[in-house]
Amino acid sequence: MKIFSTKCTESKEKQERVVKMINISEVLETNNMIEKENLDVRTITMGISLLDCADSDLDKVNEKIYDKITTKAKDLLKVGQEIEREYGIPIVNKRISITPISLVGANACKEPKDYVSIAKTLDQAAKTVGVNFIGGYSALVSKGMTKSEEYLIRSIPEAMSVTERVCSSVNLGSTKTGINMDAVRLMGDIILDTAELTKENDSLGCAKLVVFCNAPDDNPFMAGAFHGVTEADCIINVGVSGPGVVKTALEKAKGADFGTLCETIKKTAFKITRVGQLVAQEASKRLNVPFGIVDLSLAPTPAIGDSIAEIFEVMGLEKAGAPGTTAALALLNDQVKKGGVMASSYVGGLSGAFIPVSEDQSMIDAVQAGALTLEKLEAMTCVCSVGLDMIAIPGDTKATTISGIIADEMAIGMVNQKTTAVRIIPVIGKNVGDMAQFGGLLGYAPIMPVNSFDCAEFVNRGGRIPAPIHSFKN
Amino acid sequence: MKKTIITVVGKDSVGIIAKVCTYLANNNVNILDITQTIVQGYFNMMMIVDSSQSIKEFSVLSAELEQVGEELGCVVKAQHEDIFNKMHRI
Repeated sequence: MKIFSTKCTESKEKQERVVKMINISEVLETNNMIEKENLDVRTITMGISLLDCADSDLDKVNEKIYDKITTKAKDLLKVGQEIEREYGIPIVNKRISITPISLVGANACKEPKDYVSIAKTLDQAAKTVGVNFIGGYSALVSKGMTKSEEYLIRSIPEAMSVTERVCSSVNLGSTKTGINMDAVRLMGDIILDTAELTKENDSLGCAKLVVFCNAPDDNPFMAGAFHGVTEADCIINVGVSGPGVVKTALEKAKGADFGTLCETIKKTAFKITRVGQLVAQEASKRLNVPFGIVDLSLAPTPAIGDSIAEIFEVMGLEKAGAPGTTAALALLNDQVKKGGVMASSYVGGLSGAFIPVSEDQSMIDAVQAGALTLEKLEAMTCVCSVGLDMIAIPGDTKATTISGIIADEMAIGMVNQKTTAVRIIPVIGKNVGDMAQFGGLLGYAPIMPVNSFDCAEFVNRGGRIPAPIHSFKN
Repeated sequence: MKKTIITVVGKDSVGIIAKVCTYLANNNVNILDITQTIVQGYFNMMMIVDSSQSIKEFSVLSAELEQVGEELGCVVKAQHEDIFNKMHRI
């Protein structure tokens, strides 16, 4: 079957319009990205302020929180699905971020278990509106902890074990304030307790718990999303994805010099981000909620081809972790930003490449092959947005050692004026050589060895590490 | 006028365009432009249509077009043109 192009018979005016119209190769390119290269919008995250839900009565707090979330987000899922259908682009997750609960519950919660009741309310609200995660069971303690913030932190292990969809984060330091080492020390114990309480599921609770330095207020990605106090009442943030698209584009630039390599990443990042921008604007319009930011992060999934580590391989590294990996990640991260900022009117959140181990098949392979170690991952976090992400370690790791790992990562963030995070999972009952299974988007992870030399005396000192000299810019 | 892009990708056979066009005509969708190529033995067609006068909602239209595609052994997708414009035009 053959038909002739209708263009030749059309009037000049219509011809001009056709030229401006999209052509078949562009359409096929976009659809190939979606169908074969795993292009998707990773998340539409609705940020909801719960500051007006504060009360001195715990039951009232719970009631107000439930009502506000289920009212504001009642159409989130539906609108997300409509956009997916109309534009033919998958939107993998619809999520909610909320004001850090330590601020909302401060007046009502007199002990850790009071906070757990709020966690249950959040879980219920998430289930009612149909979102898969709700983030903001959080405390911001970068300089000091109030009594109530300490209660929230102490409630995290139980909260993570009795809820399914609630994500927790704690900001432990910032370039402006330094690092709260008391909180760093405490989090070592909290992470271990969370692991213990969820040991039936390979310590899954720790996959929903992340600690930050310089945590952003508008991050749409879990587990670290929360709705900062600087934000409006309700807002839409969108996280894009697309490591597979970048990888495929780079395959065509094999053997080319770094100029060409960077140009290719930049152009691809532009295209990916434009889709995110479109989805963000549409969601914002249809939900009648202002548009916040697009987060440019390249977020991998366990699907083959949807991997950051595969991008390194296409760039010319045998495995992620080989010498040159940090440089490769640095250029990738920078070019994604350069392409992305052109494509979106507001960029924010974490905006960089994610390097989670468990959520990226080729990262897992690299660990198993012995190419990628915890120390190399730490070096990589100096040049990308996140940090030690989804790393499984032996369940018998000491709390002080976990605190030491956190302190190192916080220091990198503090000194480099960037966000860093630690989401580490001491898998109870498992050791190096074993595999932890988390399921779904969280994937699975080989248990990685941890440096066993002691740091207890250092982390037990207490107090805080002062802000670095270059933070005094006034 | 919000334009819709319909793509048909699959093995070439008799009557693909006829079937899709008949479905569109029955639902009062106006075809503005058709382009087709054969890439590696696969039939690729793109239609630009105006679905603003369609008697069915977009979600129904796109689901039914998928159905028409299945009967033909092709993948038929209907998408608002904005996703392509955003990605390929500044």
